Amino acid sequence: IHFILLFSRQGKLRLQKWYTTLPDKEKKKIIREIIQIVLSRHQRTSSFVDWKDLKLIYKRYASLYFCCAVEDQDNELLMLEVVHRYVELLDRYFGNVCELDIIFNFEKAYFILDEFIIGGEVQETSKKSAVKAIEDSDMLQETVEEYMNKPAF
Amino acid sequence: MPAPIRLRELIRTIRTARTQAEEREMIQKECAAIRSSFREEDNTYRCRNVAKLLYMHMLGYPAHFGQLECLKLIASQKFTDKRIGYLGAMLLLDERQDVHLLMTNCIKNDLNHSTQYVQGLALCTLGCMGSSEMCRDLAGEVEKLLKTSNSYLRKKAALCAVHVIRKVPELMEMFLPATKNLLNEKNHGVLHTSVVLLTEMCERSPDMLAHFRKVRQLSSSQLVPQLVRILKNLIMSGYSPEHDVSGISDPFLQVRILRLLRILGRNDDDSSEAMNDILAQVATNTETSKNVGNAILYETVLTIMDIKSESGLRVLAINILGRFLLNNDKNIRYVALTSLLKTVQTDHNAVQRHRSTIVDCLKDLDVSIKRRAMELSFALVNGNNVRGMMKELLYFLDSCEPEFKADCASGIFLAAEKYAPSKRWHIDTIMRVLTTAGSYVRDDAVPNLIQLITNSVEMHAYTVQRLYKAILGDYSQQPLVQVASWCIGEYGDLLVSGQCEEEEPIQVTEDEVLDILESVLISNMSASVTRGYALTAIMKLSTRFTCTVNRIKKVVSIYGSSIDVELQQRAVEYNALFKKYDHMRPALLERMPVMEKVTTNGPTEIVQTNGETETAVLETKPPPPGLQPANQANDLLDLLGGSDITPVIPTAPTSKPASAGGELLDLLGDLNLTGSPVSAPAFQIAQPPFLLDGLTSQPLFNDTTAGIPSITAYNKNGLKIDFTFERSNTNPSVTVITIQASNSTELDMTDFVFQAAVPKTFQLQLLSPSSSVIPAFNSGTITQVIKVLNPQKQQLRMRIKLTYNHKGSAMQDLAEVNNFPPQSWQ
Repeated sequence: IHFILLFSRQGKLRLQKWYTTLPDKEKKKIIREIIQIVLSRHQRTSSFVDWKDLKLIYKRYASLYFCCAVEDQDNELLMLEVVHRYVELLDRYFGNVCELDIIFNFEKAYFILDEFIIGGEVQETSKKSAVKAIEDSDMLQETVEEYMNKPAF
Repeated sequence: MPAPIRLRELIRTIRTARTQAEEREMIQKECAAIRSSFREEDNTYRCRNVAKLLYMHMLGYPAHFGQLECLKLIASQKFTDKRIGYLGAMLLLDERQDVHLLMTNCIKNDLNHSTQYVQGLALCTLGCMGSSEMCRDLAGEVEKLLKTSNSYLRKKAALCAVHVIRKVPELMEMFLPATKNLLNEKNHGVLHTSVVLLTEMCERSPDMLAHFRKVRQLSSSQLVPQLVRILKNLIMSGYSPEHDVSGISDPFLQVRILRLLRILGRNDDDSSEAMNDILAQVATNTETSKNVGNAILYETVLTIMDIKSESGLRVLAINILGRFLLNNDKNIRYVALTSLLKTVQTDHNAVQRHRSTIVDCLKDLDVSIKRRAMELSFALVNGNNVRGMMKELLYFLDSCEPEFKADCASGIFLAAEKYAPSKRWHIDTIMRVLTTAGSYVRDDAVPNLIQLITNSVEMHAYTVQRLYKAILGDYSQQPLVQVASWCIGEYGDLLVSGQCEEEEPIQVTEDEVLDILESVLISNMSASVTRGYALTAIMKLSTRFTCTVNRIKKVVSIYGSSIDVELQQRAVEYNALFKKYDHMRPALLERMPVMEKVTTNGPTEIVQTNGETETAVLETKPPPPGLQPANQANDLLDLLGGSDITPVIPTAPTSKPASAGGELLDLLGDLNLTGSPVSAPAFQIAQPPFLLDGLTSQPLFNDTTAGIPSITAYNKNGLKIDFTFERSNTNPSVTVITIQASNSTELDMTDFVFQAAVPKTFQLQLLSPSSSVIPAFNSGTITQVIKVLNPQKQQLRMRIKLTYNHKGSAMQDLAEVNNFPPQSWQ
């Protein structure tokens, strides 16, 4: 996977994860372009778009579009499953996840993604394990008092 | 200073902004607050501030001033800080920033942290955005973690190793020992990431691949059987809620294993054999009702097609793809078409069976599906199905999106050329393409089409009639108009005389034909190239039409002052044809002969027409190579490129119809050789028939300096004539002699005419001289080209006659030239 984008139906970016190095300007341009391509797709077309030398795989869940860009040799149908699995993880963690959850807790969305995918490859295929790891990490996050009392360095 | 607002507060506030400007204002305010907070080195709220900064970054606002802060957070002891710090690093920093290297030490420490979640954070960050330097520094730590028994860390370390290998391929060796036991794990996460790691190694290094195919040292089993075993367990084992997706156990792992098997089995018989069974099992047992099952089947098919599988398995695979094609799900049809496209070359017959389904996909709404269906359809056209396929493809051409039309048109032309069942069908198909997608046809198709039409001799009348009808109504599609103009120019006489056999001949008058050509010339829609075609066509008709020659003359002279330089030049030259060289006109504008069949790239190889004269008369298409098929009775001479001939007279590719025996070109007519009393019986005057052909150009000839010495053929009374020689590369019987006549006296020689005669076994062709005046004092020369055809390779001899006016009196002389060097005729 080269990158993953989440954006709303109005074209607002909700999450961006890049697994390749690109200058900021380039990233912005790509995001604009892809949002435009995906939003203009007809309803009854396939979920795959050829874009430059990559393939875009996108799926809409309620008001959010989930879009990944993969290389030529990656299995597109499996990618759809990967996207679906991510949504399931979010759902399990937040409980009936909706777009607002992702907006207000974007950093958690990132953490969950990072427990599922590293460097563009899936790391954990068990729903239970992935979510458990996040919850355990959350436990480690200090409460406010603990936070204040611990030294900074 | 009050505590900075919380992250959620900020988000809520920003979302209330109603305009972009309002939002920008809020953000700027908050950024300022954050900046001053950073300056004050506020440890307590740094985390909160960076989080807010990240949110603003996602909205598109600059956040680079937070980079260093991220580093400070990473270095902090608090887990919360580290989490946000690492996230910030992944979002804001990348290897192009100088500061990122400062992270290296922190990451190193965290990789050895007592808490696995901290270690996890470090591994994750390194695996997502680590630069080559960082990877080099930390590869050892990663390798260590790869061997740990903690599966949580092991799986992350494996993917981190993948990233390291991608960035620094030389380090691959380092991870090899650690891979030995990876597949012995029960944990699916570790299994999955291990397979990914192995795949990466095998893909990158053939040595690794060879290593993994062989028996491995410590463990008793080979890689392939091990993978097969794992895969089998996945399929056979009962329901496992943890990894289940719609009834299938861990599809992600299954697909990755299949992919690794593909790489291992590629070009390797033993490995391929070991996996045949499991592939068959997966292919037949997988549930296909949901996308998941199809994903696995898809990967299985890809693997079967790529390894050295037995034919039964391959047929099974293609049938699966065929079933995919019938599936309602667009995504599945899409992947099916993509895979079929890859396999159509190798398993052509099997794919043919699904032809009708593929053709149906041409009517799909989805653009990507249509494109793939089109490419596949072209790959499947053969002699048997060409008529049916063409019908479908022409229909598709009619209705498809503009971005496809050019490719589709080219594809149709190619297929038609290869498999046309009859000439008429071929011409009809071309007509159909030109009329439906005329403006999308590629430029290089026009010369190909013209050649095709020329070669279908019996269809000329039919073709020109149809083309005429096509442009009557609408002459906006440039390629169509170009082809039509050319045809009308060539075969206009057939059109007016109503000779068409194939269909009902239409009644057309010469004026009507000229009307349409003139409208093309005048129309704003016509490109410059098209106008050139039209003008030349009109000119050609001057020899084919009988009653409208004056009209043609008028048109031609009007364009002599056209703004378009190309048109103007042509018109001026045509005018000259009418005025000074009217006797040459019929010969110059003769019908084109059948052109030799060349590959589609053919005509462009020989281009290098030199001199604008050539292009002017030849129109813009490159001239065809000039050789007649060998069964012609008469040998042909290749025309030289026009560099020796000044632009006064265009040396046109005058030509003869292939079959005609009669019409003769008599360029020498005015030189009056025939019946000249000076011809001794031993010499035969250069008689027709000799045939001139399409043009070739200079590169076909040897370099003049390449070794044939030139001679002085005549030198008397101050008049010197030199001969220089060239031999043709393509036709060894042809010698080209360039004569140069110079005058060393004090007075010019005017009305100079050079004539030549050769023995009976030779043929001679004299081209026009550069002028008829030889200036005095050797201050200039007349050049003229002679072509000699010497099929029997006899010694070249020539008799020349010179006439000129000098010092007020007419001079005349005869001479024999015997000193031809052997290289000029051997």
